[in-house]
Amino acid sequence: MNIFVLLKQTFDTEERIVISNGEISDDGVKYVMNPYDEYAVEEALLQRDQHGGTITVVSVGPDRTAEALRTALAMGADEAVLIQSDGLEADEYTVSRLLAAYLGQQSYDLILGGNFSVDSGGGQVAVRLAQLLGIPHTSSITKMTISGPQATVERDAEGDTETLEVSLPAVFTAQQGLNEPRYPSLPGIMKAKKKPFHQMTAAELGVSDTDAAAKTKRVSLSLPPKRQAGRILQGDYAQQAAELVHLLRTEAKLI
Amino acid sequence: MGKTYMVVAEVRGGSLRQVTLEALQAVSIAKEDGDSTAAVLIGSQITPLASELANYVDGQVFSIDHPELEIYNPEAYLSVMKTVFERVSPDVIVLGHTAQGRDLGPVIAAHLAAGQISDVTAMEKNSDDVLYTRPLYAGKAFEQKQFTGGIQVVTIRPNNIDPASAATSPAEIVELEYAPAGSLRSIVKDIVRKTSGKVDLTEAKIVVSGGRGVKSAEGFKPLEELADVLHGAVGASRAACDAGYCDYSMQIGQTGKVVTPEIYIACGISGAIQHLAGMSQSRIIIAINKDPEAPIFKVADYGIVGDLFEVVPLLTQEFRKVLAV
Repeated sequence: MNIFVLLKQTFDTEERIVISNGEISDDGVKYVMNPYDEYAVEEALLQRDQHGGTITVVSVGPDRTAEALRTALAMGADEAVLIQSDGLEADEYTVSRLLAAYLGQQSYDLILGGNFSVDSGGGQVAVRLAQLLGIPHTSSITKMTISGPQATVERDAEGDTETLEVSLPAVFTAQQGLNEPRYPSLPGIMKAKKKPFHQMTAAELGVSDTDAAAKTKRVSLSLPPKRQAGRILQGDYAQQAAELVHLLRTEAKLI
Repeated sequence: MGKTYMVVAEVRGGSLRQVTLEALQAVSIAKEDGDSTAAVLIGSQITPLASELANYVDGQVFSIDHPELEIYNPEAYLSVMKTVFERVSPDVIVLGHTAQGRDLGPVIAAHLAAGQISDVTAMEKNSDDVLYTRPLYAGKAFEQKQFTGGIQVVTIRPNNIDPASAATSPAEIVELEYAPAGSLRSIVKDIVRKTSGKVDLTEAKIVVSGGRGVKSAEGFKPLEELADVLHGAVGASRAACDAGYCDYSMQIGQTGKVVTPEIYIACGISGAIQHLAGMSQSRIIIAINKDPEAPIFKVADYGIVGDLFEVVPLLTQEFRKVLAV
């Protein structure tokens, strides 16, 4: 089975956001593999263990993205592909076009990605990719079983659980609970250094700048207003409970 | 020629979702004289909902009613949208940023080679352009975006834009046939409704949320009782989900869901930065925690330092009293 995993590198979720000169500062920031993509990589490994095949992890991003791809190789993926985004004004349209151009030249059975990225969080790219490739998709899956040319998956639909049968090839995005992503092992990290790592540009994929030009652009950035610590209530618990309800009625006027 | 705006309505539990009215309001913010509006309602046995929706739409409502459309399926819904696009070519399409809209938005955007701005929390008109505000890093920062051209797809986050008021005259309802193009490659075999009768977490006006301090699955009971009294929903921190006290679908944070209720009651939640990202835009935050040093108190409007298992039932009692009047 030819498995492809879509990866994005993001800020660690423990990072605070600082804006300087109208940009989000990445000074001293720790980058990680997007947490939802870890589930996708793990699922690829589990499926490969069962059904055989190879796993290629693919990312569109700047040079530093190589680190997240190497993490996936250290977890056990076989090959990595970095499509360079340096100098590109990229939005979700752009990224999905580049991925479709690359995957259009490959033979694939299963494409996995994260449900969304914890940075820009639109959740568009994997779904767009499925449309561009003309294959079905199911987003936000929490369970996957593959048998022959068909996958049976469970999907989290706002708390409800749907069971679907999907014919392969198809795209799936991983929701929390799908599996327990492994940590890269030391031998895994050593082996990752020798695994194939391909780099390519949009032009090499036959995508011109105008083809993939972003359809949206950012005009400004801001931080949310800082919240102030409010008041700590006093008295015994019953008094505090009564006061809280009273304050919600009179001060906040919400009850 | 004016622009054509299209709202894709959403049905849940036999009712129109509130976010559909919010999407219609988004259209009225963007719209100018001479522009037109259409709404698309897809589902099964939706005739009464089409009439209800028509009251809010100043234009046309396309209603596509078929048993196969009861549950969202990207292929089936796209084939419906293609039928609609044969009648009307939209310039702007607005959906809710819900399980359905998050999925259908990019399906439509890719099909139309359109740009999409997702998870919009506010919008503002700036001469000819509309600026859309959306969160980054789950709300640790916000960006304003605009389209550079072409067809536009927008998904709006529930609970952030006011719902539309009734239109001056109800829309014309146009019923369209559902004619699927060949067999579907993905089929829903079963659905387990764990949330029936409950308020959806992202749409709830009041969220009662539990963290590590809840200690067990049973520990969520008092939180559920409080949420029931307040017609709210129950959420959880990552720590509570990782510990197996509750389902991941309840997780609030940078991984998980972002909620913006009127009242957020954090019980036994310390307030890790990744959790704060998912709830700090709530209007009023109440923290109940044994540890007076817990970071959650730094963002809370009202804090109770104490054992949630003693405090929460007292709160439930107190709310019951005042709400019964």
